[in-house]
Amino acid sequence: MKLDARIPTGPIEDAWDSAKFEMKLVNPANKRRHNLIVVGSGLAGASAAATLGELGYNVKCFCFQDSPRRAHSIAAQGGINAAKNYQNDGDSIYRLFYDTVKGGDFRAREGNVYRLAQNSVHIIDQCVAQGVPFAREYGGSLENRSFGGAQVSRTFYARGQTGQQLLLGAYQALERQVDAGQVTMIPRTEMLDLIVIDGQARGIVARNLITGKLSVHLAEAVILATGGYGNVYYLSTNAKGSNATAIWRAHKRGALFANPCFTQIHPTCIPVSGDYQSKLTLMSESLRNDGRIWVPKQKGDKRRPDQIPEDERDYYLERKYPAFGNLVPRDVASRNAKAVCDEGRGVGETGLGVYLDFADAIQRLGVETIRDSYGNLFDMYQRITDEDPYKVPMRIYPAMHYTMGGLWVDYQLQSTIPGLFVLGEANFSDHGANRLGASALMQGLSDGYFITPYTVGNYLASSKLKDVKASDPAVQAALTATEQGIAKLLSIKGKRTVDSFHRELGKIMWDDCGMSRNAAGLRDAIGRIRALREEFWQNLNVPGSGDDLNQSLEKAGRVADFFELGELICIDALERNESCGGHFREEYQTPEGEAQRDDEHYGYVAAWGYTGPGNKPELTKEPLEFVYVHPSQRSYK
Amino acid sequence: MKLTLSIWRQKNPGSKGKFVSYPVEVPNGEMSVLECLDVLNETLSERGEEPVAFEHDCREGICGTCGFMINGVAHGPMPATTICQLTMRHFKDGEELVMEPWRSRAFPFVKDLVVDRRSFDRIIQSGGYVSVSTGNVPDGNAIPIGKDDADRSMDAAACIGCGACVAACPNGSAALFTGAKIAHLGILPQGKPEQDRRAVQMVAQMNAEGFGSCTNIGECTGVCPKEIPLEAIAKMNHDYLLGAWKERKSVVTAIAPVTGWEFGEK
Repeated sequence: MKLDARIPTGPIEDAWDSAKFEMKLVNPANKRRHNLIVVGSGLAGASAAATLGELGYNVKCFCFQDSPRRAHSIAAQGGINAAKNYQNDGDSIYRLFYDTVKGGDFRAREGNVYRLAQNSVHIIDQCVAQGVPFAREYGGSLENRSFGGAQVSRTFYARGQTGQQLLLGAYQALERQVDAGQVTMIPRTEMLDLIVIDGQARGIVARNLITGKLSVHLAEAVILATGGYGNVYYLSTNAKGSNATAIWRAHKRGALFANPCFTQIHPTCIPVSGDYQSKLTLMSESLRNDGRIWVPKQKGDKRRPDQIPEDERDYYLERKYPAFGNLVPRDVASRNAKAVCDEGRGVGETGLGVYLDFADAIQRLGVETIRDSYGNLFDMYQRITDEDPYKVPMRIYPAMHYTMGGLWVDYQLQSTIPGLFVLGEANFSDHGANRLGASALMQGLSDGYFITPYTVGNYLASSKLKDVKASDPAVQAALTATEQGIAKLLSIKGKRTVDSFHRELGKIMWDDCGMSRNAAGLRDAIGRIRALREEFWQNLNVPGSGDDLNQSLEKAGRVADFFELGELICIDALERNESCGGHFREEYQTPEGEAQRDDEHYGYVAAWGYTGPGNKPELTKEPLEFVYVHPSQRSYK
Repeated sequence: MKLTLSIWRQKNPGSKGKFVSYPVEVPNGEMSVLECLDVLNETLSERGEEPVAFEHDCREGICGTCGFMINGVAHGPMPATTICQLTMRHFKDGEELVMEPWRSRAFPFVKDLVVDRRSFDRIIQSGGYVSVSTGNVPDGNAIPIGKDDADRSMDAAACIGCGACVAACPNGSAALFTGAKIAHLGILPQGKPEQDRRAVQMVAQMNAEGFGSCTNIGECTGVCPKEIPLEAIAKMNHDYLLGAWKERKSVVTAIAPVTGWEFGEK
């Protein structure tokens, strides 16, 4: 297969404008004749569904939660980047573009990233107009803060709940379209298959989670905005319900999966406390603005933090990276935390933790200023750990957080299946091998508000789409396959619970395909995942039936997909013989222990095709060209 | 630490429910109530029994999915804390925890600890937004908003829509939820043009859903995990009073409440 990313030629500054001009339009009167499906109601899905509804299309929007407002975008804390340069500190669209390409360790497409930086300024305007209560200065103008991987203050925020406020803005726009009759919202319903007819995406098979009923929904285009796949690792900062089933089943219907091994480990999460642990709680990266990260210089130093004198502390990020200090990008911060813990200098009962200390900031700025900026995060920390971060340094440790990989899309955000568009974290497009903080919200909203409404229209206006009916053999085949899949899960009646399998899979992934990876470990992991998957299909126990609310059954279907995706993540990690961004292969590092890229051999997007159960996936490469930002060894020193 | 969980078990709205007691062992005070239910559910599954259905998603106290009563208090005994962030260290050895779902006419029962809160979505549909379409907006800094206004708006906007306020209210009123949205948008200049209409329509929808009236008891703000202040209700009453007079000639129609789970599927 040959991949055509359809990136416009010509100067990058004009590319998106000229692409928009080239696009075919759908006559306003004809828009209502088109049915569209949006799966997912987070920032990307809700903003796309609302905007497409405003334009006049008939939209059906699906979410598995009880309300679209629950989507996991809601949990994003720190902020959203935009190249407004309101602070007069030298920011520009070009600089945001440059930082993002560099931060992604030169594994993202320049064209996509430039467009993202351009759209960033419109996003802020849009959200303000919707009534998003961003932080303000006393004079009434918008306030900004700095964030990891950048030397300018370009992050807009609403206390520690930026994701919540942006999502509520998009959710309210969506509900306005529901009221207007343009969008039909279908909650508590999960997509289980993609319907492909004549090579085009034409609908989905979905299951109502309350009644267990399967249904078929047909459309002219299908838009997936279903988030990332971090829950393959069991313990992650993702919501418990976040899953990869929609994108994985679309992959099995022909959509290529790009760069699955590009996963992001977030450096600042509350450490694990026990085996029963169900998820990990993120402490916003913005804390690194004022908190200083350190561990004792001595191995196995068990003294309380306040008993360790200043000269026996190692502020290792400030020491190693004086230019960026505690604000190095996430991958660098995470790897260094792991390194000091591996040396035996970690803190807390498990030794898997480092201190994030606010004593200096409190002395400099006062408790009230710190409370104003981070109050809700400090409260959350105290609620969980029973320690007061105003007095005792926080303990933090890296955790699985975000996935840069996802379904392959071209510049129009269309996957390799015509008519299947993929948005937000579910696609792979903009963050390369590492995402910078406060960029996920930006990408979700850029895709949903400002890109898909154009590109979907272009697809509809330039494609021949025949009438399809529910009686079509392809529809019936998808429906039958889904029914059989559910029946199979219920019929095993083995001994082990879904969670026990998921936990074991997650441990394999975290140990061998987490913060650092090597060929031997990855090969071993692939073997163990296969063996565990075999046991899953022999020994799984799903209580209850398929015709009412059955949360075990929902999980079983999702974990079955995680097994296959987990294996693909390891295969991709094994194939990529270099270190870049979040993908750190121990064999490929500089003498100082930094990631060693190999642009000559691996300067490409790895797009994997599904070739049937148990078969080796097929690799297609999309070469990456860098015309504007010249690839260099990333340095934050 | 050993505890007894008395949990409301009911398979569906048509069947009869009852409390069932389960002994549980808690290894660590840092464990959350939901993790305690996870462990119980693992045991039930291994015994071939149906696990307890309960709702949860982010487990960070922000999505608003989780919530039930513990010993008669919505989200349990800790103030400003959702159940997913309530750790077991707040309970004593040997204690009994009675867990039951939100009970309100406007939250139809689904299963065990799960109820249907779509009435909240319909309240937002009825006017809980600024009518602005994508693209049609001025620069973000074009309209200054003083820090105090932005902060007050944010205080109300922090609502997570969990439904604890309704469950705690003896009248089953949704005044705090509705007032929070009216206050969030009404304080900001962007929300001003629709202030009157918004209050009138949202209050009409709230009534159509079967929520009770507010009698200023204040249980709602007491259990609210985000501590939405009672002044949100005062703001709602203020906007409603003015709006009802200014909009007295408008026809107000509420959206018909839906309780089924059919969405016109084929």
